[in-house]
Amino acid sequence: MQDATTLTEYKNQCQEALDDEFLRKAMDAFAKAYRTNRVNAFAGINEKALIAEIAAAKDGAISHLPELYEEFRVKAELAGVHVHLAKTAAEANEIICQIAKDNGCRKIVKSKSMTAEETLLNHRLEADGLEVTETDLGEWIIQLRHEGPSHMVMPAIHLSRYQVADLFTDVTKKQQDSDIEKLVKVARRELRAKYIEADMGISGANFAVVETGAIGLVTNEGNARLVTTLPRVHVALCGVDKLTPTLHDALRIIKALPRNATGQAITSYVTWITGANACATGPEGKKEYHIVFLDNGRLAMAQDPDFRQILRCVRCGACANVCPVYRLVGGHRMGHIYIGAIGLLLTYFFHGRDKAKNLVQNCINCGACKEACVAGIDLPRLIKKVHARIQDEDGHALPSVLLGKVMSNRKLFHTLLKTAKWGQKPIKDGSTGYIRHLPMIFGKEQDFRALPVVADKAFRDEWPEIRPNVDNPSYRVALFSGCVQDFVYPEQMKAGVRVMDGHGVEMEYPMGQSCCGLPLVMMGESGPARDVAEQNVKAIDPAKFDYIITLCASCASHLKHTYPRMLADDPQLAGMASVFAEKVIDFSSFVYDVLGVDKNDFREEGGQGKTAYHSPCHLCRGLGVTEAPRQLLRQSGLNYAPSAEEDVCCGFGGTFSMKFPQESRELLHKKLDNVKASGAVELVTDCPGCVMQLRGGTDVRKDGLRVRHIAEALADRKK
Amino acid sequence: MQTNQEMLGTFIDKAGLVSAKVSRVKTLEEAFVYTAALCDTKEMCPLLVSGCELNLSEPSMQLCREKTGKIIAAPGLDKEQFASLRALCEDKGMELIEDGLRRHLGGLDIGFTVCDLGIAETGTLVLNSSSEEVRLATMVCETHVAVLPESKLRATSYDAEPEILEFMSSIPNYLSFITGASRTADIERVLALGVHGPLELHILLWEDK
Ligand code: SF4
Ligand code: SF4
Repeated sequence: MQDATTLTEYKNQCQEALDDEFLRKAMDAFAKAYRTNRVNAFAGINEKALIAEIAAAKDGAISHLPELYEEFRVKAELAGVHVHLAKTAAEANEIICQIAKDNGCRKIVKSKSMTAEETLLNHRLEADGLEVTETDLGEWIIQLRHEGPSHMVMPAIHLSRYQVADLFTDVTKKQQDSDIEKLVKVARRELRAKYIEADMGISGANFAVVETGAIGLVTNEGNARLVTTLPRVHVALCGVDKLTPTLHDALRIIKALPRNATGQAITSYVTWITGANACATGPEGKKEYHIVFLDNGRLAMAQDPDFRQILRCVRCGACANVCPVYRLVGGHRMGHIYIGAIGLLLTYFFHGRDKAKNLVQNCINCGACKEACVAGIDLPRLIKKVHARIQDEDGHALPSVLLGKVMSNRKLFHTLLKTAKWGQKPIKDGSTGYIRHLPMIFGKEQDFRALPVVADKAFRDEWPEIRPNVDNPSYRVALFSGCVQDFVYPEQMKAGVRVMDGHGVEMEYPMGQSCCGLPLVMMGESGPARDVAEQNVKAIDPAKFDYIITLCASCASHLKHTYPRMLADDPQLAGMASVFAEKVIDFSSFVYDVLGVDKNDFREEGGQGKTAYHSPCHLCRGLGVTEAPRQLLRQSGLNYAPSAEEDVCCGFGGTFSMKFPQESRELLHKKLDNVKASGAVELVTDCPGCVMQLRGGTDVRKDGLRVRHIAEALADRKK
Repeated sequence: MQTNQEMLGTFIDKAGLVSAKVSRVKTLEEAFVYTAALCDTKEMCPLLVSGCELNLSEPSMQLCREKTGKIIAAPGLDKEQFASLRALCEDKGMELIEDGLRRHLGGLDIGFTVCDLGIAETGTLVLNSSSEEVRLATMVCETHVAVLPESKLRATSYDAEPEILEFMSSIPNYLSFITGASRTADIERVLALGVHGPLELHILLWEDK
């Protein structure tokens, strides 16, 4: 449970998590195993199509939640169920306490329900003197430890068998062995006794199927079957977002949820309960059965044109499983009650801005969650949007405002960058092109990678001299450099120009272009971000070009996906922005797919040593480009050696690495360790930001690894 | 469309993947013999049910002591079928019950049921559990022996959907999809079977056509 009040406190908590060796090991092992399991689980399934179907069906239901609720209520009441609708978490808890009171219940067994975690139901029940026992093994363990879950599906993933053995020793008052099989059996017997005593069972619900009035429960342990069978009263607590028109909808989700959650084709149990069933100890041999639907902001969210997609979530937990930040800091830091990418969002909506304000900043925008989400939710974008919203509500931090002001004024921004080149003189390390001593404002924690200096001459100033003349061009293209390549790494741009030269490409570098605006989005500055988008779309008239080429994966993905959305509110700009976006292409795809560059372009003798490749987040996931750069490496005669986790984030994330240096550093080290293990002497990638991170890191570590942009590597090999 | 033979193959593979033990029987009688024999082998129906040999709290120890002999529960059989299984059990000194399962929550050796549908793509059994006795028999037991008539096998959950809806329309209804034994990976992600329900699932495919 994340509840730090300041960013500094939050960062300290993250650091503690980073220092927890067991957690780190467990998380790493899990992240690696999950990748493989997920791939296997979806083998032979058209995953994208299934996700699209789920999203569409969910969207349909989200548009009609009040009607679906009414229909469900009527159906269920006819079947002897008491149906309630709670507006708030407190109201839901109150209703459930009242049911307990009305029925004279004293002991409660619960099966897993994230919704009950959301409402902090146990606290409320216990305040009424009720004895509550969680029966899901993981939930029971964390309940006994008075902790919140650290994963939505595996709530005790942060604990070791030894910790569990100690805990069970306390509970049974008998010494327990740390053998997992034995611990599970102890839980089996101890919990069996709890079921027998209980007079009320509380479950969640994965589905509320309107056509039948049934709820569906997805579990592996089977505890939900006992919870809903033995006690005479059953209360199911269910978010209104779980309402779904047909059984078919639910069966469809079941094809995806367990696969995405744990790599299983289906869970051991799926339980469908329609109406008040037989119960020997209930009144007249029937179960006293209540369903409490929880709104808690969901119905309002369903009205929001953008955030409504959050309600598609089926709580599979995959957005945590693949999140590199979750892998580092674990669920107690990557969520308040809900965990992972979806947790960052839900915390804001269900638990408020104060609980969310630090959390939402801890996202590196790598897009891994979006790709894994079985409901097709655009998680990273929504996280940034919530971040921006919190800033708007809470007031923007001063550095962030300044950045916004400076960046949305291109001339001022560029003048400052050019002046920086004089300012850095005293701190520049003459021979290496790195800043020798980091200025005080960066602080000690930034020293895990060397930072480059601003180049003597910006690309834009060199352009008039180096612009190739092309007769009868086959392609007319605009170059978009982004700030890093313009001012820090102009040599990457020049190399790109050299690679394209000779292929009938007429290149322009429109001078009115500025920063793409992604750093502003990362800082939650949506106003200035929109301003620079407008400037760029006006500076580069898409009608004049066949392609807009960028050598920066982050710029490319931002220009392509975010511009049309950001400028959609202005009818004139909207049209331009979508043409603009269509023409944006990344360097590797242009060179390989469009120009068809192949081995004939390169020298024959092979490269020296092995070359590893880092797949930038915004290229492989942002643009779905995976083959072109690898093919180019092979064609160019570089000895491409695949390494582990090529598509996992390097930890740069623009301003993220400034804000969370300790996490950035860990991600960087993981990346460089994997590259080293491949035996490569060179590391090539497609994004200047990644180059900055990787080159700066390898310089500090003295790995002896050469880090280059793919354009540089290719230009070097060109005939 | 899969042929019946392919469907059967898929079911056997998928159920095997989740560590169900799948066999084929020609008659229900054969399934009874299988079940009685299973219980007769000592390890399968020990006096102490699993976990009771460990260091438990006093109240849980007490619960363990409630089970005194080998018990099989087979709710939902017709009179004749029940009598025929009972004869086999009594022969071996085992008790066979069909109701009053709440008196046996301390432990049952085998729960025996005939399932309503099977779903080949995931190796899943569909069991109408509207009877509380059926629910208890399949959850309190150490081993669940489930007979699946081959005529009830469907290729996918979508193919089974009309029949599932049919069950749900007779209100009230409690329907279970069962795929393998009860499992957890909540401690260090290590898979362990039988955390609450059966430790083993035996599926007997009954060649009923
Ligand atoms: S974008 Fe990356 S860092 Fe952010 S929540 Fe998703 S997976 Fe985690
Ligand atoms: S947001 Fe997507 S990936 Fe995350 S829990 Fe929900 S459905 Fe699963």
